[in-house]
Amino acid sequence: MYRIAVLGDRDSIYGFAALGLEVFPVAGTEEGAKTLRRLCEQDYAVIYITEALAEGLAAELDRCRQSLLPAVIPIPGVRGNTGLGINMVKHSVEQAVGSDIIFNGN
Amino acid sequence: MASKQITPTRMELTRLKKKLVTATRGHKLLKDKRDELMRQFLEKVRENKALRERVEAGIAAANKNFLLARAGMQDQVLNTAMLAPKQRVSVESGIENVMSVDIPTFDFKTRTPDQNDMFSYGFAFTSSDLDGAVKSLADIFPDMLKLAECEKGCQLMAVEIEKTRRRVNALEHVMIPELQANIKYISMKLDENERSTQIRLMKVKDMVLKDAHNYETF
Repeated sequence: MYRIAVLGDRDSIYGFAALGLEVFPVAGTEEGAKTLRRLCEQDYAVIYITEALAEGLAAELDRCRQSLLPAVIPIPGVRGNTGLGINMVKHSVEQAVGSDIIFNGN
Repeated sequence: MASKQITPTRMELTRLKKKLVTATRGHKLLKDKRDELMRQFLEKVRENKALRERVEAGIAAANKNFLLARAGMQDQVLNTAMLAPKQRVSVESGIENVMSVDIPTFDFKTRTPDQNDMFSYGFAFTSSDLDGAVKSLADIFPDMLKLAECEKGCQLMAVEIEKTRRRVNALEHVMIPELQANIKYISMKLDENERSTQIRLMKVKDMVLKDAHNYETF
């Protein structure tokens, strides 16, 4: 039985607490990295992370990319969409195909 | 041209021929694997893109609602309302095998049987915007989980496709041409040896005949 975590600034994520997800409000990149590393070692299957925070944690995200669990998924925060999530999908396509054929550079 | 020193023996030739058969077969299999993985990956990544667009739009809308709710309420009241969550979500994770790539599948369960039973506060002291905001987030949640499953699958498949592609290319452009060149080199060398032996024998025969009967054959 796995759990789901939501990581990000408090304003963006407090709503998820009502759904029954576990929220971990973090203030800065450093704290975020520490919390993410801790969560990765526990029994979380999915970790949602706000795009604003994910931007500073590229190395951590890359590390999680290869392993089966947890799935670290960027979601837009309260300050809007930074395009990081869709860029990660683009990155997957480029890695697999060699060039971006799904988004056509948009 | 052979890149390294090879011994032109019959044994080496047999060994290389066997290796070539294996390499060709491996190349064909890996190519098939790559093609099928690619087909499934493209299907999945299209789904991933659609899901992501839907989820991002949904979360943006929910965030707007939360902002409105915050504007209409005191911070403390809001904090108290969210303090003790009533609902709890747990996830069952399975493993699906797609062309020897393990990708996770998620199935979520809520603690209370009714999924809409998630408001952890009384309705008297909170703004109705908050109810709408929580509901809009709850509506998008199944899609979010599907997105997690799909996106993780895409990432794992992308890594595997990259690996397989490199293997296919290495076999196609390095291993197989090199083996073919080596085989050609050995067989030519062996032929050459055979011819030289033949000529030597003919010469020796001539010499022997000349010695014995004292006549020329040519």
